[in-house]
Amino acid sequence: MAHVSDLIAVDIEQYLHQHQHKSLLRFITCGSVDDGKSTLIGRLLYDSKMLFEDQLAAVEADSKKWGTQGGELDFALLVDGLSAEREQGITIDVAYRYFSTDRRKFIVADTPGHEQYTRNMITGASTADVAVILIDARKGVLTQTRRHSYLVNLIGIRKLVLAINKMDLMDYSEKVYRRIVDDYLDFARHIGITDVTPIPLSALKGDNMLAHSERTPWYHGPTLMAYLETVSVDAAHRPDGPLRLPVQWVNRPNLDFRGFAGTIAAGTVRVGDAIRALPSGRQSRVTRVVTADGDLAQAVAGQAVTLTLADEIDVSRGDVIAAAEAPPEVADQFECTIVWMADEPLLPGRQYLLKIGARTVVATVTEPKYKVNVNTMEHLAAKQLALNEIGVCNLALDRALPFEPYKASRELGGFILIDRMSNATVGAGMLHFALRRAHNIHPQALDVDKPARARMKGQRPGVLWFTGLSGAGKSTIANLVEKKLHALGHHTYLLDGDNVRHGLNKDLGFTEPDRVENIRRVAEVAKLMVDAGLIVLTSFISPFAAERALARSLLAPGEFVEIHVDTPLEVVEQRDAKGLYRKARRGELKNFTGIDSPYEPPAQPELRVDTLHMSPEQAADAVVERVRALGLIG
Amino acid sequence: MTLTHLQRLEAESIHIMREVVAECERPVMLYSIGKDSSTMLHIARKAFYPSPIPFPLLHIDSTWEFREMYELREKVARHYGVDIIVHLNPEAVAQGINPFDHGSQIHTDLWRTQGLKQALDSHGFDAAFGGGRRDEEKSRAKERIFSFRTAQHRWDPKNQRPELWSLYNARKHRGESIRAFPISNWTELDVWQYIMLEQIPIVPLYLARPRPVVERDGTLIMVDDQRMRLQPGEVPLMRHIRFRTLGCYPLSGAVESQADTLPKVIQEMLLARTSERQGRLIDHDQAASMEKKKQEGYF
Repeated sequence: MAHVSDLIAVDIEQYLHQHQHKSLLRFITCGSVDDGKSTLIGRLLYDSKMLFEDQLAAVEADSKKWGTQGGELDFALLVDGLSAEREQGITIDVAYRYFSTDRRKFIVADTPGHEQYTRNMITGASTADVAVILIDARKGVLTQTRRHSYLVNLIGIRKLVLAINKMDLMDYSEKVYRRIVDDYLDFARHIGITDVTPIPLSALKGDNMLAHSERTPWYHGPTLMAYLETVSVDAAHRPDGPLRLPVQWVNRPNLDFRGFAGTIAAGTVRVGDAIRALPSGRQSRVTRVVTADGDLAQAVAGQAVTLTLADEIDVSRGDVIAAAEAPPEVADQFECTIVWMADEPLLPGRQYLLKIGARTVVATVTEPKYKVNVNTMEHLAAKQLALNEIGVCNLALDRALPFEPYKASRELGGFILIDRMSNATVGAGMLHFALRRAHNIHPQALDVDKPARARMKGQRPGVLWFTGLSGAGKSTIANLVEKKLHALGHHTYLLDGDNVRHGLNKDLGFTEPDRVENIRRVAEVAKLMVDAGLIVLTSFISPFAAERALARSLLAPGEFVEIHVDTPLEVVEQRDAKGLYRKARRGELKNFTGIDSPYEPPAQPELRVDTLHMSPEQAADAVVERVRALGLIG
Repeated sequence: MTLTHLQRLEAESIHIMREVVAECERPVMLYSIGKDSSTMLHIARKAFYPSPIPFPLLHIDSTWEFREMYELREKVARHYGVDIIVHLNPEAVAQGINPFDHGSQIHTDLWRTQGLKQALDSHGFDAAFGGGRRDEEKSRAKERIFSFRTAQHRWDPKNQRPELWSLYNARKHRGESIRAFPISNWTELDVWQYIMLEQIPIVPLYLARPRPVVERDGTLIMVDDQRMRLQPGEVPLMRHIRFRTLGCYPLSGAVESQADTLPKVIQEMLLARTSERQGRLIDHDQAASMEKKKQEGYF
């Protein structure tokens, strides 16, 4: 083992020389606390002498206090982290552990096995080369075993160890082992997993961890450590494929140097190579591979380098420098798999930010084609994705980007979704392929355009977007404003619940996804009317900031006027002109804004109308005045 | 060609630093003058070469560092051609906060924790690189590489973003900030090996030399200057010692050692039986103390 190597004491220089040439393996362990997962990791740390006396002393003390091994050394306590979790006896996040042997340095992602933590497992697995799936020999292949295998396969881990643990509790029975292996391989074949190495173990007693156990004379495969030390890690880094370098940062210290910095995702780059920058498609040649340790003749996948090119072509952060003869595809619509990681569901039609490589774009997701039951692999119909759900969806981006299918490249095919309001990472996804229809819709250039139509009406078109709680006075004020604009000779149209909910949107209810779709349609209709030259007034609760932002983004700058009709919940609830709040409080109306569905007030509306201190007439005057100040009317 | 583990770790660290610089407005690198900071600084030069390092260093000074640390700080500024901002908490200066009168907890909180918050706020830094490693301590094992802090600099362990692949989400609201840990995946051994291979300048205190020390509660404390208060009967003795971690000298425990070269230090470490943070007195103040300090804003 690494640190007991005699060389350390005898010839440290020689030892260090050997250790400069170690490789790195990242793996993930999947299973629940009950399967002995923490024990297995604790044992690997212990046996590779990665523990120090004070850590051991702490674990001994902890074992007496919290341990589950009757005062014996509880390896599991070595790997549990935060104090709150320790008291609950469960691991609730991804933790990373480190150990090394003579051959390799290892990074272990330790993730929990509970159903609600799919997100953690996907996170831990996304950087792993190998997965160790733990099975309790007493229980055999369980639902969670299938779930873990499905997830690691989904995230693209091709090499699996089936660690059949607690063999000591089954008298090291070969029959038990064989039955579990057969069961598992049946299932694995079914979902397309081919590279499985089963190993009978006792993490607690140390059987087949480092050395072959005398108690399993019938087992002739590798020990767990032997497997981890020798399994090939090169496949994941694709040094042989065509060059792919996502540009992270343009290095421009002075006018004479312009370098493109990034980590090579695949392939090899040599001085003189012909390259193509994407999405622009412009070509050039590599003139230098620059590093602080001197220029290189070539560099391979995994290295962080800076390239200079022969021609002054436009390359910026997020572009991909690729082999000229084999560039990746460029597209703006895809089919993909999404793993949802936030408490708020994924809403089709809502805009999210999508980060892939070094590029961030705006993305909308369609209604899922299906979601996957991770326990049975069944495909189920779905309108949205909730926390820890996995679904296949189409994706539309606001601009085209270079990509590769996730199966071919984690770097050019894996992405995260970011909520535009909270900035949280809410989902992860994997691109499958580009949708062709994106290429077939060419915008028809029209001779009569928006300015022409607006000129004929003698006005500047725009949208007055009224938002606020039910009963705040939106429609009353909007009506008065429309009357005043009409009197001033403007061509207007008022969209509200009455004329939209009964026609265009009569298929929609009041669930969160339906509300998002309702507002999306209103925004699109308003946009068409603005295109027709009208001043449009919309009167909808429109509770979510994201949809109001979408409506704003559909229009030209200056055309969208957000008006927050701000009446406190206590007041509208007290007025309750239609009796709706009382119904909602009694539970007869579901998803009622302000009661059991949120209202996100605008942070910076063009106008806030305080109805407590203004009559509807005064409020309407204030709106007209503001619209005039913004230059929409004369 | 298979990259070695150190090449892969270095590439990952460079990738992280470039992401922060590309996505944040005003990054800064926390520089404690220790070996982890020295490693991080060395990698920063590589990440942006041939450009100079595109952010300043920030040293949250306690006035109680070892003299050799101040010497290295000046040398490093010249060597890497980088700006070093030195921040002293004015409140701690005014009150003359020191470990003898005020104890390690108040001393560390005022100089380091409060000092760090002041410096980040007054310069408007929205991202700070730190040299934390996940192998240092149990609660660090779950720390993200991009760790989010509220406008009050608090760390909420329940509300951190998942990090997949090498995609880091650096978006934040005004006032919020990021702590980025580019050497998260390095171990103590990796750091030492890298320092040796790359010949990175470090404080000589990491190597064993005869130095004046007193022994208190089983810990060897170096008498680095006249301010060290000796207890009745205490006489500093010259002993062959070195340090595994550095901080305020009255709070840093030394180990007796003959390791006067880097290979010997690594050799001792590999054969050693005590882990790195044990020499840091602040960790022993209370159970789960690092985690608590982190929630309060300590790096």
